[in-house]
Amino acid sequence: HKYLFIFTEEINFTAILTSPSISPLRHSPWGKKMAARIHGGAGAGAATALSTFNPKKLVAPSRTNLPAARSSKRCIVAAAGSDASKSLRVGHSQKLIANAAVATKAETSATTGTGHELLLFEALQEGLEEEMDRDPHVCVMGEDVGHYGGSYKVTKGLADKFGDLRVLDTPICENAFTGMGIGAAMTGLRPVIEGMNMGFLLLAFNQISNNCGMLHYTSGGQFTIPVVIRGPGGVGRQLGAEHSQRLESYFQSIPGIQMVACSTPYNAKGLMKAAIRSENPVILFEHVLLYNLKEKIPDEEYICNLEEAEMVRPGEHITILTYSRMRYHVMQAAKTLVNKGYDPEVIDIRSLKPFDLYTIGNSVKKTHRVLIVEECMRTGGIGASLTAAINENFHDYLDAPVMCLSSQDVPTPYAGTLEEWTVVQPAQIVTAVEQLCQ
Amino acid sequence: MALSRLSSRSTTLLQPLATTSLLRRRHISTDTTPITVETSLPFTSHLISPPSRAVETSSQELISFFRDMALMRRMEIAADSLYKAKLIRGFCHLYDGQEAVAIGMEAAITKRDAIITSYRDHCTFLGRGGGLFEAFSELMGRTTGCSKGKGGSMHFYKKDASFYGGHGIVGAQAPLGCGLAFAQKYSKEEAVTFTLYGDGAANQGQLFEALNIAALWDLPAVLVCENNHYGMGTAEWRSAKSPAYFKRGDYVPGLKVDGMDALAVKQACKFAKEHALKNGPIILEMDTYRYHGHSMSDPGSTYRTRDEISGVRQVRDPIDRVRKLIIAHDIATEKELKDMEKEVRKEVDAAVAQAKESPIPEPSELFSNIYVKGFGAESFGADRKELRATLP
Repeated sequence: HKYLFIFTEEINFTAILTSPSISPLRHSPWGKKMAARIHGGAGAGAATALSTFNPKKLVAPSRTNLPAARSSKRCIVAAAGSDASKSLRVGHSQKLIANAAVATKAETSATTGTGHELLLFEALQEGLEEEMDRDPHVCVMGEDVGHYGGSYKVTKGLADKFGDLRVLDTPICENAFTGMGIGAAMTGLRPVIEGMNMGFLLLAFNQISNNCGMLHYTSGGQFTIPVVIRGPGGVGRQLGAEHSQRLESYFQSIPGIQMVACSTPYNAKGLMKAAIRSENPVILFEHVLLYNLKEKIPDEEYICNLEEAEMVRPGEHITILTYSRMRYHVMQAAKTLVNKGYDPEVIDIRSLKPFDLYTIGNSVKKTHRVLIVEECMRTGGIGASLTAAINENFHDYLDAPVMCLSSQDVPTPYAGTLEEWTVVQPAQIVTAVEQLCQ
Repeated sequence: MALSRLSSRSTTLLQPLATTSLLRRRHISTDTTPITVETSLPFTSHLISPPSRAVETSSQELISFFRDMALMRRMEIAADSLYKAKLIRGFCHLYDGQEAVAIGMEAAITKRDAIITSYRDHCTFLGRGGGLFEAFSELMGRTTGCSKGKGGSMHFYKKDASFYGGHGIVGAQAPLGCGLAFAQKYSKEEAVTFTLYGDGAANQGQLFEALNIAALWDLPAVLVCENNHYGMGTAEWRSAKSPAYFKRGDYVPGLKVDGMDALAVKQACKFAKEHALKNGPIILEMDTYRYHGHSMSDPGSTYRTRDEISGVRQVRDPIDRVRKLIIAHDIATEKELKDMEKEVRKEVDAAVAQAKESPIPEPSELFSNIYVKGFGAESFGADRKELRATLP
């Protein structure tokens, strides 16, 4: 499988595009698994609302380099059993690079034309709505999800369509309504519990850990808890320490739950649907800053595999593992790295618990170097667990120690510059890759 | 647990009605002739008019009360011995003294109504139709236990009888119970959920959160506070500013019930079920008492006097109350009741013996039922060489 990467001249970080040619791939002779990977790779859509971080200040590559003009290794055409992909010619990409402002439109003309464009929160809503249509047991509960439409508009319009009992506005009591969702799930309902901000779910930690994760085990298999607990987390734009938490590190030890993190509209919808259909409790981590990502997704129904990692950009020199918002920082750094002559393989791990060690392992065996870029804290974060897992399982294949770039172990400060320094920035990623690849 | 032996008994003489007493003696040739008994104490209520003190019961029901309570009592005492013999480990919270709550509740509801309770769940499990063998196996950690030996004393569940456990964290079952009630309302089953918690848990915030939600959405939830007056080692008056737990619902009606009187419990639960189906949540406070300490590691006498315990046992014991009723109504003789208790004892001993013979779980059971459908991943033991299992 191959990808077309269209790198832009734009200083503004927001215009990294890839070709989404999704529908032709779906009919390919490859299984859905392969398709999902490719779709994932093609899915890093235009990030229209990402950080105002100006790459011009920290990244010092020449902006006149056109990757398309370089060796074919770095500009790969999306191959599939379809003619539509042939239209993604290298020359076409050069035109796009010259004028990124129309890149979005050109994107649509490059594909077969099916599929529709939407923002990530709309993709989540679509997935949720489809599942609610499909199964009357699916219900949503959370603060302001009903009449208000959801604080991030993920549940907009659902209350009008499905009624107050299926889209429940709860009072502000995370412990109680999470417990309520779990109790309802014990009888067979499939609640989707929204935490307005992931950080608030700390109040429901007992319910999530003891009842959600463990009931299937302690009841000897009698009860299944098919809940989906979702909400936005991560470092936003100067939201303050308490509203910028990354809970994946706290929940990762709970036995019995699954954790996934979405990063593009495509995988957001796919993971939402898969999570709802799963019999296990799933925690779906969204990110506050990714809700306005725009991408074109297929009209047809599709689901992403919950336990699978997504190959964003195949490469040869180094494996970069990332998830959620850091994916975009990595791709930004990848652009610089490619200019410098490196060929990073970028994998969006997506499944935070359990790790997709199959994909990761294959990558490690190919590149022999691993860099983990995450937004979690250094201590006890997802990266820490992943480092341990890789060292344990693939030690013989490593040519260099696994490096993990995480956020600083500090409460997220309010001041903008300080907040920027808390999270990993593309320049740091570039430096780390250079260090590892020596 | 209907008693077939009674039907072969001869009838007694009809006694004339005592004008001052509401007890009416009837023929006992038919087991289900209704008998009306007055509860020991009147109901105290909050925001609602209490049900009548006159409870309808029958000889069959009274005998089944007696037998079931005797069974529960015997089971708890056997669990006590097993714990001291180190066959049951960890935590073991015994329910003896409180049997009337479980029994009375069962008499008022069906198996479609859900019950969820805390860790003091052995007798509630039995009341829901759980077997002695499953209970003892689970206590001893055998595969034949109701949770396959992986739950333990605090995690008894019986899904087909709508018994949702069995929860170790104090008060955590309150939101779960409201969730069960929510699901019942969502699926339009005409059933209620009884969420039991103790006087210790009554101070948990999540209880009030759940109560607010239940009242807001008119969920068919009956919250039952089993007030045995001690939250572990802390007496009620030392932990609660307002020990009138039935009033704590504020906008939710409440009823205070003598929890040692199985008939009063039955009446209250029947009343509560009708109320919850129509009007939303209601709180029942069961004034009850536990003879054992909080758990087996607590002697139970450091924070209360032995005189108090024996006093309650003499005056308010639930089994003795039913025994007196049965004898007063000539349903059975003292000797017959004693024989019944001996039979129960034999039954419990047999179950214990059988459970002792049961197998312990296989090592692969460590990894089963973590996820509903696993991922085929391999899992290693601590030394990464010996214990291996494939997550199913």
